[in-house]
Amino acid sequence: MDEEGQKNVEEVLDSANSLRWEVGGNLHEALMESIYGDASRIADRVVTREGEKTRFDWERNLDRLLTSRWTGFPVMLVILAVVFWLTIAGANVPSAMLATLLVDMGHPFLKGLVGSINMPWWLDGLLIDGVYLSVAWVISVMLPPMAIFFPLFTLLEDFGYLPRVAFNLDNMFRKAGAHGKQALSMSMGFGCNAAGVIATRVIDSPRERLIAIITNNFALCNGRWPTQILIASLFIGALVPSAIAGLVSAAAVVGITLIGVFLTFATSWALSRTVLRGEASTFSLELPPYRPPRIMRTLYTSLIDRTLLVLWRAIIFAVPAGAAIWLLSNVTVGDLSLAEHLIEWMNPFALVLGLNGVILLAYIIAIPANEIVIPTILMLTVLSAKMAGMGEGTGVMFELTDDDSYMNVFKAGGWTLLTAVNLMLFSLIHNPCSTTIYTIYKETGSVKWTAIASLLPVFMGLVICFFVAQFWYLLVG
Amino acid sequence: MKSKKAEHSSSCETCPAHHAGNLIRMGIKMDNFDYVVALAGNPNTGKSTVFNALTGLRQHTGNWPGKTVTRAEGGFQYGDNRYKIVDLPGTYSLLSTSTDEEVARNFILFGRPDVTVIVVDASRLERNLNLALQVLEITDRAVLCLNLVDEASRHHISVDERLLAKELGIPVVPTSARKGEGIPDLLKAISEVASGQTMCKPYRIRSESSQLNKALNQVVAKIEEGFPKLPNPRWVALRIMEGDQRIIEALRDGELENLDRVDNNENAMAAM
Repeated sequence: MDEEGQKNVEEVLDSANSLRWEVGGNLHEALMESIYGDASRIADRVVTREGEKTRFDWERNLDRLLTSRWTGFPVMLVILAVVFWLTIAGANVPSAMLATLLVDMGHPFLKGLVGSINMPWWLDGLLIDGVYLSVAWVISVMLPPMAIFFPLFTLLEDFGYLPRVAFNLDNMFRKAGAHGKQALSMSMGFGCNAAGVIATRVIDSPRERLIAIITNNFALCNGRWPTQILIASLFIGALVPSAIAGLVSAAAVVGITLIGVFLTFATSWALSRTVLRGEASTFSLELPPYRPPRIMRTLYTSLIDRTLLVLWRAIIFAVPAGAAIWLLSNVTVGDLSLAEHLIEWMNPFALVLGLNGVILLAYIIAIPANEIVIPTILMLTVLSAKMAGMGEGTGVMFELTDDDSYMNVFKAGGWTLLTAVNLMLFSLIHNPCSTTIYTIYKETGSVKWTAIASLLPVFMGLVICFFVAQFWYLLVG
Repeated sequence: MKSKKAEHSSSCETCPAHHAGNLIRMGIKMDNFDYVVALAGNPNTGKSTVFNALTGLRQHTGNWPGKTVTRAEGGFQYGDNRYKIVDLPGTYSLLSTSTDEEVARNFILFGRPDVTVIVVDASRLERNLNLALQVLEITDRAVLCLNLVDEASRHHISVDERLLAKELGIPVVPTSARKGEGIPDLLKAISEVASGQTMCKPYRIRSESSQLNKALNQVVAKIEEGFPKLPNPRWVALRIMEGDQRIIEALRDGELENLDRVDNNENAMAAM
C-alpha cells in the first residue's frame, strides 16, 4: 500500500476512535437493537399465522414430558436402557453367526490352506492364530452391536432427542464445572469412546472440551458391555436363585454404568477445580423441533460415517495385538512362555488389587480393543493353568459356548467373587483403547493431555481395585 | 432408496418445469469451478441438508445445533457452470464472538463468494432474519433459501416470499430440502445471481439511533473518500467503530482494498 493509502487508513481509524467515545459504550447494543428491530418489522410483515392456539401443542407436551424435573430423568434412563437392550439382544445372533463364519469355519479353513503349502509353523501361527483370529474376534464381536447402536443413536439424534438430554443434564454438568454439551459426548461414548471423543467438537471452550475428552472413557463402551454382561451373569447372577439371576446381573451392569456416570461427574468436578480451573461457560441451546427421522438416510450415514470408520480403526489396531498375543505365549524362555513369566511376575501385585496376573496381562496386550479382553483372558488362563483339552492350542484365542465351561476355566484360574467384581470395575476404569488414545491425540494435538487422558483412568482403576480388595480381605478374610 | 430416486427422475424429466436435469452433483470434485457459493444460516435450519442436496455428498446432518463443526466443501455443475459450495458453520450472528462466527464472517468477507445462500427456517423467520440482515451488510450477492416450509405449514405458518424478496432486495426461494422440493428453483436463483443476471439491492440496516447514525456517517464519509471501491463501507465503519481487530488489520495491510480489486477482475471476466 502506498503512503497515501496508509494515511487514509489512519485517518479513518482516528475518526472512528474519537467517535466511539462520543457514542459511548452502548454501540454494540444499539447495533443489536437495530438489527433485531428491523428483523422483527420485516418478519411481522411477511409472516402469517393461523390457529395460533393449537400450534406446537403436541411438541410442547412432549417437551414437558421429556425435560421436566420429575419425568425427564426416568424417561431418559428408560430410553437409554431400551437402546442398550436392543443393542445387546440384537447383536447376539449376528455376532454368533459372524463368529461361526470367521472363527469356527474360517480359522480351520485357513489352517488347512496353509497346511497344504507347508508354511513354517511359526509364521502360520503368527498370521493365522495370532493376527487373523484377533481381527476375526474384533469383527464378530464389534460389528453387530455398532451396526445396531449407531443407527439407533442417530435416529434419536435426528428426532431431536439429544438436545433434550443435554438440557436435562446441563445443570449437573455445570455444577461439576463442565459444559452441558458433555452430556452429548458422554452418550456417544456409551457406543464408542473414540466416537465420543470426536463428538466433543461441539464444545467450544478448550477447557471444557478437555474435561469432556478426559472423562469420556468412563462411559462404558460397546467393547466393554460383553465383558460386563458375561462376568455379571456368571458370578453375580450365580449368587441369587436362578429365577431372578437375569434381573440381578442386569442390575449389576446398570450399577457399573451408573458408577461410570458418577465418576464422570466426580472427575470433571476435580479437574475443573485443579488443572483445568475455570468458570463453566453458559450456552444457549435451542431445543429444535421434533422431526420424523429419515430412516434410510440415517442407516446409510451411520453405517458409513461411524460404524465402518470405527471398525476399520479397531482392525488396524487388532492386527499387532494378535501378533503380540501369539508371540508372548509361544516364545519360551526356560520352561515357560513369555506370557507365563509375565503372569507369574505380575501375580503378587495383581492379587493385592484383587485381580490376577492373567487379567493384568490381558489388559496390557489387549489395549488395541476391549473386545478381545475376554478371549485373551480365557486363552491365558488355560495356558497358565495348564488345562488339557481346552481351547485350540497355545496362543489361540477362543470363546466358549456355555456358562459351565466358562466357570471351569475361571475356577482353574483361581477366580473368586472378588476377582469378578474387580474385573468389572477395572473394565470400567482403565486406560482407553488405543483407537481412542489415538483419537484423543488427533483431537487435542497434545502429548501431555493424551497422556493424562490415558493414565488418569488406569491409575484411578488401580486405586479403586486396591481399596475394594483390601476391604474385601478385611471383611471376608 | 436409489432405485426410487431413479424412478422419480425419469418420470419428471419430460416436464418442462424440471430444472434439476441440469444439475450434476460432483461430490468432492470441485476443481476448475467458475463460481464459489457460501452456505450460511442459523444452526439447525437444514444447511447441511441443502448442501447434500446440491452436491450429492452425504455430510451427516443431525437434528441438533452445532452439527457442522468443520467447514465442508463440495461441488456441483448447473447448466454450463461449475460451482464450489462451502458449508459454513451455523451461527446466530456474525459479530465474531465465537470461532464459528469468525469463520463464517471471514469467509463471506475475505473469501468473496459469488453467491451467499442464507438458509433460514421458515417457522422461525424473525430470529433467522437477524443473521440474514448481517450477511446482507457484508455482501450484496445473496439468495435467501426459505427452508423447512413444509414444517412451517404444518404449524400453520405461511411466509409471503415475494414480499420478503422485495423487503430484502434479494431472491427468496421457498424449499423443503429434506424432500428435495424447491432445489431446482434454488439452483436457478443461485446461477442468476452468480452470473449477474439478477442484481441484488440488499436491505441495509436502518433503524440505528440518530446519534449512532451521525457518527457512522462521518466514518463512512472518510472511508468512501480513502477507499472509494469498498463495496460495504457502512459495515466496515461499524466494525471499526466496534474495534474489530481483524477488520482494522485488513484495512491497514490493504487486504480489504485488494478484495475489491479481485472482485472487479472477476466482474470484468464475467462481462467478456
